[in-house]
Amino acid sequence: MRRVTGSLLAAAAVGAALTAAITMGSAHAGARSAKADKLVVWVGWSKRELSVFKSVVSEYDAKHPEVQIKVVGSINDTKITNAIRSGNAPDVVSSFTSANVGVYCGTGAWVDLSPYLKKDHVDLSQFPKTSLYYTQYKGKRCALPLLADSYGLYYNKALFRKAGITKPPKTFTELAADAKKLTQRAKSGKLKVMGFDPFWGFYSGNFADMTNYAPLFAATYLDGKGKAILASRFAWSKLLRWQKKLIDYYGYDKVVRFQAGLGDEFSPSNAFEVGKIAMLMDGEWRVAFIAAEHPKLSYGTAPMPVDDAHPNLYGAGSVNGTIIGIPKGGKHADEAWALVKYLTTNDHALAKFSNGIRNVPSTRTSAKSPELKPDPRFQTFIRIFNNPNSATAPITAAGNANLTLVGRFTVKWQAGKVKNLHDGLKKLDRQIDAQNAQASAGGGPP
Amino acid sequence: MLLLMSPWLAGFSIFFGYPLVMTGYLSFTHYDLLSPAKWIGWANYSYLLHGDPQVWPAVVNSLEWIGIVVPLQVLFAFGVALMLARARLGLGFFRTVFYLPALAPPVAATLGFVYLLNPATGPINTVLDHLGIQGPLWFQSPGWAKPSLALLSLWGVGNTMIIFLAAILDVPRHLYESAELDGAGPLRRLRWVTLPTVSPVVLFAAVFGVIQGLQYFTQAYVAANIAAGQASQAGDTINNLGYPQDATLFYPVLLYQHGFVNFNMGYASALAMLLLAVAFAVVLVILLNSRRWVHYAGAVR
Repeated sequence: MRRVTGSLLAAAAVGAALTAAITMGSAHAGARSAKADKLVVWVGWSKRELSVFKSVVSEYDAKHPEVQIKVVGSINDTKITNAIRSGNAPDVVSSFTSANVGVYCGTGAWVDLSPYLKKDHVDLSQFPKTSLYYTQYKGKRCALPLLADSYGLYYNKALFRKAGITKPPKTFTELAADAKKLTQRAKSGKLKVMGFDPFWGFYSGNFADMTNYAPLFAATYLDGKGKAILASRFAWSKLLRWQKKLIDYYGYDKVVRFQAGLGDEFSPSNAFEVGKIAMLMDGEWRVAFIAAEHPKLSYGTAPMPVDDAHPNLYGAGSVNGTIIGIPKGGKHADEAWALVKYLTTNDHALAKFSNGIRNVPSTRTSAKSPELKPDPRFQTFIRIFNNPNSATAPITAAGNANLTLVGRFTVKWQAGKVKNLHDGLKKLDRQIDAQNAQASAGGGPP
Repeated sequence: MLLLMSPWLAGFSIFFGYPLVMTGYLSFTHYDLLSPAKWIGWANYSYLLHGDPQVWPAVVNSLEWIGIVVPLQVLFAFGVALMLARARLGLGFFRTVFYLPALAPPVAATLGFVYLLNPATGPINTVLDHLGIQGPLWFQSPGWAKPSLALLSLWGVGNTMIIFLAAILDVPRHLYESAELDGAGPLRRLRWVTLPTVSPVVLFAAVFGVIQGLQYFTQAYVAANIAAGQASQAGDTINNLGYPQDATLFYPVLLYQHGFVNFNMGYASALAMLLLAVAFAVVLVILLNSRRWVHYAGAVR
């Protein structure tokens, strides 16, 4: 799961030292001061979620006197990369950005787990297919899934009642119609409540790269040969036109102004939690955030609506997840593996962690664990995760860079800066292909 | 002699020479930071010139910045210094007040401006709203994002201002007096006495401003991420770089994106080499051109 981190300030400092830092290429063996039995674990979670993770780890720690585990939170991919380069990597790392798995596995920065998996006879079929996809690159498995995420629709029941809507929308046409009914404006025309905000770049559901909408339209970015196909797939232009039409209904400027006044996504003033947005596409974690921050909010969850032309897709959604692995150069690889294995395959650990932060348990048996606290609103997301039509973003040599290009295009589109959609998408396809060619020049990540 | 220079030589080669040579080398490789660099010849440069759709917007942004904002900074700093030099009352107070912003850390200052200029909740737009004016979207609009950053940089121009002030106060009084005797008014005194005398400082401010302008990063990075705010995810800060719509995608921001977010350090090195070449060329042009207008006291022409 992706989270706000303090990466901003760190990265800004890095930027200031940009030129100097560019060429400090040589990795030198770091001086590890840790004792032989001390394991350092890096994770991206922070605050409430971090303390849940620590409690899961401490159970393991208590049962294994041979190790002493230290957990560090708020870690992002820049920190991970820098640590591995400088030889000061922790023993176990995890990342929210599963799209970077291509880099981690391809370069060997995270060690190949196959020998360990074989030695301990770990059955990979216990992991769902999508999770297996985003934890390897070209067959090289350097990571395992540590809980997973799926995206669905959150709707505010009080606002639904007020607008006379009885059930959540199932198609994008219904979604737009309901959104309009739920929208409230001040006399001046200013937006007070938005029914549904489809603005690219707004909160996690609307990453500008459209990844979270793709499965709802059965839209794919690349063909079998890895060539970009955004122009030739009708689904993309359909999605983009739908989105633009709804933005234009609100008024682009009015949406920007409205959003500027909304609270941060991962804070108690999240727009859905305070009733300023009636329907929100978000990940399953929101269930835990609402329980902690606004337990009285009357809301429901459902799969996201789907393309009118593909009603059979209903129930699917976008999925991804946290990945965990062992960076190269660690001195306690065996102990690290034992911990990784425990965290990713032990039913009790997964269920406890899932109960605490309400992420989707990432093995088949833990998903059915009797330990899981039942909550129908959370069950929705387990079902979305296991839907055969659910999908994750493509993993390529260029990693996240492809999606950056897609995002650049969509934000221009919604602002009305793209005159001809088809031509624009064609150009975008060419740019993505060029980028992938560049990223794999000289072989790229092997 | 060499021995005496050796500390400097060592420092120079370790902190400047080595990085420069390595950047040059890496710009011809595919280097993802984690595995050994692979030689790929001119491929990075060819992608830079023909393939990367973000290069051109970044170049235009940076050129606009040094073409418009840097001259404004120099003018503004000079103007403030002129006024401070003439102030009679509260001299210390005004000097301090105009210098203070330069002490604010860039990240903190940027955060402050983004909050002040928030289109929905910021005090500036709230005041405008009361006056019946619909305030602009500031950092949230591609048209206003750069002017907003320009405001920020003008506000923090204290360092240059102090140097101008020192130079202006240093203009020999007798020059003014003889000019006045010759019947020169305030404007002519400014044009023919003050300006020539402080011209070396103007040159310094221009060169310094251009180099800083070409490296403009921190404020753009922070402003884009905070203004985009709503999607500030650990893995997705990348998609906020240049927000809104590439308006703040300055060249160094692009370089950062490729090198540190996309794991494409070889290509980022090529971008850095181009930046170095351009910075060198621009400064050279200014220096050559300056011979016509910079007056060094005591120098023989």
